Amino acid sequence: MSDRGSAWIQALAAGDVQRVEGSLLVADCRLGDDIARLLCVVEDSTSPYLRARRGEVGVRESLVVAGAVRAAAADGMPVVSVVDVPSQAYGRLEETLGLHLVVAAAVDAYAGARLAGLPVVALIVGSAISGGFLAHGLMAGHVVAFDGPGVEVQVMKRRTAARITRRSVADLERLGYQLAPHSYDVARWATLGHCDRLVAVSDPAAPTATEVAHVREALVTGVGQARRAPRELSSRLDAAAAATARAASIRARARIRDQWF
Amino acid sequence: MQELTLHYPGGQRVTARAHVGVVGSGDCEVLVEPHDATDAVVRVRTAVDGFELIWQRVLGSFFARYPVAGRYEINDQGATPGVVSLRLRQAVAGAT
Amino acid sequence: MTDRFANDGYLGRRSVIELGARARAFALLDEGSASELCGPFDRIESPWLSAQGLVPQSDDGMVVVKGRLAGHACLVVAVEGGFHGGGVGEVGGAKASTALSLAAADSAEGRTTPAVLFLESGGVRLQEGTLGLNAIAEICDALLVLRPRAPVIGVVAGPIGAFGGMGIVAGLCTRLIVTREARIGLNGPEAIEVEAGVQEFDSCDRALVWAVDGGTQRYRTGLADALVSDSIDDVRHSVITAIAAGVPTRHRSEQLDTLHARLDGLVEIDPADLGPRWGTQFGDLPPLDLASVPWPPADGT
Repeated sequence: MSDRGSAWIQALAAGDVQRVEGSLLVADCRLGDDIARLLCVVEDSTSPYLRARRGEVGVRESLVVAGAVRAAAADGMPVVSVVDVPSQAYGRLEETLGLHLVVAAAVDAYAGARLAGLPVVALIVGSAISGGFLAHGLMAGHVVAFDGPGVEVQVMKRRTAARITRRSVADLERLGYQLAPHSYDVARWATLGHCDRLVAVSDPAAPTATEVAHVREALVTGVGQARRAPRELSSRLDAAAAATARAASIRARARIRDQWF
Repeated sequence: MQELTLHYPGGQRVTARAHVGVVGSGDCEVLVEPHDATDAVVRVRTAVDGFELIWQRVLGSFFARYPVAGRYEINDQGATPGVVSLRLRQAVAGAT
Repeated sequence: MTDRFANDGYLGRRSVIELGARARAFALLDEGSASELCGPFDRIESPWLSAQGLVPQSDDGMVVVKGRLAGHACLVVAVEGGFHGGGVGEVGGAKASTALSLAAADSAEGRTTPAVLFLESGGVRLQEGTLGLNAIAEICDALLVLRPRAPVIGVVAGPIGAFGGMGIVAGLCTRLIVTREARIGLNGPEAIEVEAGVQEFDSCDRALVWAVDGGTQRYRTGLADALVSDSIDDVRHSVITAIAAGVPTRHRSEQLDTLHARLDGLVEIDPADLGPRWGTQFGDLPPLDLASVPWPPADGT
């Protein structure tokens, strides 16, 4: 699972893929007329942070992602986040050091780039979970996801969610069939209105040439759409799918606007 | 979750809206609004099923003592009869 | 209620911690100036809870109030910690982010409208899954549009604290006001214990919990701007001071250099040693000086 990001960044890169600080892969990629910066958080099994050795987004990952996004923005390069993160790092050290603020720095960097007009595109190739996804991918203006095995967007890992809500994993999966916000099926998640494009990929861990071409095309389109779209994330509520999936959000928005003084 | 709707004769009417409480463990929220009818209509939504008789008794007792007409909503998260009565009293006090 | 204690410094204070979200918002703002938007009687509830056998709350656990603070326009968004641990759901999230966006739009047109966020939340409401997660993203975004135009002041009082996505929101705030009882973090102690075991974090060890996440620790290590007593009056004073301090050149979350310097090579540390090492000053963020706003105010506001 943790090699998917690496496989795809290698497949899309137009040159060397560099490993920065052990757990961030960085490469440039030609997308139409643009040269985009690809960023991918990967596993570093030798990380000095013991609780961030399996691809989790910890203090080091958040900070280096924030820096990489700001650097790309300074160069005016569109950013593509290749996403396969199991979660944020769960650790006493991380909390002591203020992980909440370092993740905020990553959120700030991504949002800042997008709000300044830079195309920021997320490419979900595997797991996109919780704080890890907030730090890397969820703040993008355009989201492309693979429709394939092992791709899931979730608020919490199944095992942890099951224990915290005192239900079984089977119960949670049943709930996922019933209610789209709980779904473990990426195509169902995509009906909620903040996935811009689903690309069918038979085995995300093993990109084929045809699939790479499709994904590249989706990213070129994505960069173009992100460039033309409203910059603020509030525009997610205006997506066609949101009209049904997020009808309650739309009502709440309208009510607050009507009553604003 | 269980939903019940109960009616009680009213005398005085509520004259304003009022809201109290929180849908938190052992608590409930109460909304009350004026309406044209002469009775008290109460919609209860409760997380705890199977206590219909207790609700009838608690609400029956409350409205026998305070027959105040209005539209009431109770969103309950396991409040005891004492807490329900307290919240209803607070709501009526705020609405009359 | 007897007023015997009204002049007693400790017993006469009005506790913030004991107040629900709505009461906090109205207690903060100038008396008579505040109105709630999309409140209980608008009845825009979560569409997801009853399908799961859970009772919705009429305001979806998020209170949006606008009014005046020391005479100036101010938005207050307060999370109701008593409803599902303050978890942010679809509707509550939309209320908060819409209000922040409107404050940002007003601020861009010369009607500067700072925001005060009472953060009492475990983060995303798990029962609303990925919609809750997206709601947090949209709140963060709206905050980041407002923040360069008008200060966004986070207040964390307790008992829930600010965790998960709301811990991230706390990290994005211009200024953070905390009590000793407050806790701020990303993963709560229970979540760490479930995920990594009791050796990693014994969530029953209260001394440890507050040593890591507590308001005093966050203030001592420069991650909060003011440590106040559990009193409405002190919170009001510190919030007014924080707003008066304005928008800084760089917020904490923009100071990657400061974060690098603080985190550099630090792979093990006792929380008690972090305060002396980092200090209360965060890079180039000017410290908040509560004495700069005289209190109580001379004109009785």
